[in-house]
Amino acid sequence: MASDTGASYGSTLRYKSVERIKAVGKHSLIGASGEFSDFQEILRYLDELTLSDHMWDDGNSLGPKEIHSYLTRVMYNRRNKFDPLWNSLVLGGVKKGPKGEEKYLGMVSMIGTHFEENHIATGFGNHLAIPILRAEWREDMTFEEAVKLVEKCLLVLLYRDRSSINKFQIAKITTEGATIYPPYSLKTYWGFSHFENPAQGAVGSW
Amino acid sequence: MDSAFTASSSAVGEAPTSGEHRMGTTIVGVCYNGGVILGADSRTSTGTIRFLLDLHVLWDVLALPWVDSAWGTGNSVADLGMYVANRASDKITSLTDNVYVCRSGSAADTQVISDYVRYFLHQHTIQLGQPATVKVAANLIRLLAYQNKNMLQAGMIVGGWDKYEGGQIFSVPLGGTILKQSFAIGGSGSSYLYALLDHEWRDGMSQEEAEKFVVKAVSLAMARDGASGGVVRTVTINADGVTKNFYPGNKLPLWHEELEPHNSLLDILAGGSPDPMVQ
Repeated sequence: MASDTGASYGSTLRYKSVERIKAVGKHSLIGASGEFSDFQEILRYLDELTLSDHMWDDGNSLGPKEIHSYLTRVMYNRRNKFDPLWNSLVLGGVKKGPKGEEKYLGMVSMIGTHFEENHIATGFGNHLAIPILRAEWREDMTFEEAVKLVEKCLLVLLYRDRSSINKFQIAKITTEGATIYPPYSLKTYWGFSHFENPAQGAVGSW
Repeated sequence: MDSAFTASSSAVGEAPTSGEHRMGTTIVGVCYNGGVILGADSRTSTGTIRFLLDLHVLWDVLALPWVDSAWGTGNSVADLGMYVANRASDKITSLTDNVYVCRSGSAADTQVISDYVRYFLHQHTIQLGQPATVKVAANLIRLLAYQNKNMLQAGMIVGGWDKYEGGQIFSVPLGGTILKQSFAIGGSGSSYLYALLDHEWRDGMSQEEAEKFVVKAVSLAMARDGASGGVVRTVTINADGVTKNFYPGNKLPLWHEELEPHNSLLDILAGGSPDPMVQ
């Protein structure tokens, strides 16, 4: 799962180092876009949930499917009260099930729409990244290939989404646990000759 | 991630506007090696304000005192804050002996929030048997701000010192987000400071450097922001306690196109001044 680390206030990029992907329990990652204060509140709800889950001390722990279901209920019920939590949530995780290691990736929107899919994106990502993922994602990718693919999407979004910034975080969840890598930036390419002189031969600079 | 959403149209036949609105005032909080320094301007303005709230409803509010005035960006609507109700207000308020909060937005809202949190922290301190931590104070502010987000206009910066984590600054902007930062800026005047901070902020400044920096920042913002002005107040909090400083408007440095103040033109002329501009 990858996100950039910016949080804007209207058109102002107000906070540049915000973590939008967090680990939930032992088996899941949650990423969010939208209103940051609502995301912080959702994290608190999830803390309560994982704490009570831990206190059962029964050898079970909540997996991504359960967390996704919980979040769906929370979001949909708030929507019914006309007081939504203004977020798009991405939930991913891996848990050993009866059929072996089960990978899970899904999303919940602010109105409670939810589904499971092999590639999920929020905001502009739906328009720019999903087509790339649909063309190039494969079931049997290695971690390195997946990172390269996700970075391809992040770069496109950096070029074309006005509210994105060049500071990203990638997070990975496997049966061993969650790893959230430190923030980093990508190199951008501006070397097209057309960029240097877009109006060659034209009157005016367009 | 956006913390304000865009309204596609507003009521009452106004031009389409964005949902963003800022708060008058300039408030700053910085961490230095040893503690924190909070700084603010001192202007409280009143007047009519119009701002866009959730659900595309346009509200008119008359003659409310604001810690500074608010308005909408790109919104040609009405004036906000024209009269300076208080030119020497104290926007840095104590919550406990070791934690203070900078207030911006609605004066009434931030006063009430501060009062509640001071009350809660007082009881918490009695129960705990030792001074409250900065994190607890900041989270109490956050609780009130988040749970009442539809009714409040309050942007606050909480700063203090405790024996566990030393000096800390927490930003609690409009929606009730809480973010721990090494420096924070807020209020309408803060727009003019993002570039300054990006350019000149360094971690681990000394107390003197940090104090000078805060005064410089607030006074630069005051120079350009109509809703900020008056004096610069700073509060320094560290292991040794709290120090408050006062920099009157006439003692602040002069910026671009600002002139040395005089008692009268007559003094200038008397001093054998340069030729007048027009004979």
